[in-house]
Amino acid sequence: MIRVLLAFLAALIALPLSAQDTMPPAPYAYNQLDDPALEAKATALMHTLRCLKCQSQSIADSDAPMAGDMRHQVRSRILAGESPAQIRAWLVARYGDYVSYTPTVSASTWPLFAIPALLILIVAAVLLRRLGRRHADAGDAS
Amino acid sequence: MRSRLFLWVPLALFAFFAGLAGYMLTQDKTEFVESAMIGQSLPDFALKPAFDGLPGAARSDLVGGQPRLLNIWASWCLPCIAEAPQLEALQAQGVEIVGIAIRDRPEDVANFLARHGNPYTRIGADDISEVQLAIGSSGVPETFVIDAAGVIRYQHIGDIRESDIPILLAELEKAR
Repeated sequence: MIRVLLAFLAALIALPLSAQDTMPPAPYAYNQLDDPALEAKATALMHTLRCLKCQSQSIADSDAPMAGDMRHQVRSRILAGESPAQIRAWLVARYGDYVSYTPTVSASTWPLFAIPALLILIVAAVLLRRLGRRHADAGDAS
Repeated sequence: MRSRLFLWVPLALFAFFAGLAGYMLTQDKTEFVESAMIGQSLPDFALKPAFDGLPGAARSDLVGGQPRLLNIWASWCLPCIAEAPQLEALQAQGVEIVGIAIRDRPEDVANFLARHGNPYTRIGADDISEVQLAIGSSGVPETFVIDAAGVIRYQHIGDIRESDIPILLAELEKAR
């Protein structure tokens, strides 16, 4: 009985499938910049960059070592005077639009922006016509 | 009658999107993020040796002469163990392989090479993944073909299997 229980308990222990490194994180992975204004700039940017290891998280949300290394890049580049736009461009040049959560209008994404605008126009046109007709009907009745 | 048919349009649209979603669920999803640096010049870097048995790696070590492989790996990476014999096979064919060890300790690198073989001429230690990020690599292992002019010509994502060796040899030949 005890053995069965022990075996059952052993089955409950979750062991990571792939090993991770044991190195300390990069200096700016978990340490904020001293200047609050620069740190705010860096944090805002980190929330809009995709973690490459854990692709539904931003690098600000992820504890993956690689996300830490990316945060280090963002903070040390902000500290060196680079603008958030420059850092985003640096990453997009390496990983494509995929790395950025901020949508951009491009050859493949323009319908995302055009279709809602078009739908609103159609709805507005339909509404105007219907309201106009009701007005006309009301005018006939009186 | 015309307006009655019009009422079915939203349902038809919904059915279309539900069908599309169902279809996409059955499709293979690739988790790989390809580097956008293919065709670009290898960024400048200089890394200290990953352990005391081999020299470190710098951009200048990959430029000139024959095309080389730049292998991004780590001793803590399980697929890298599976890849090790394939890298040795490539080395046996005369390919020079420069390694970059990601977030790794010298003793772990030495142990890994002792257990799984050493196909490298140099291994640089990238403790904060800076070179990995600079070349658009998003994991370990990844292997890049670098030509004599220092241009990144090809990226292999994931561990190299036996079937990948002819592809890599062909890419090295193309980069010549």
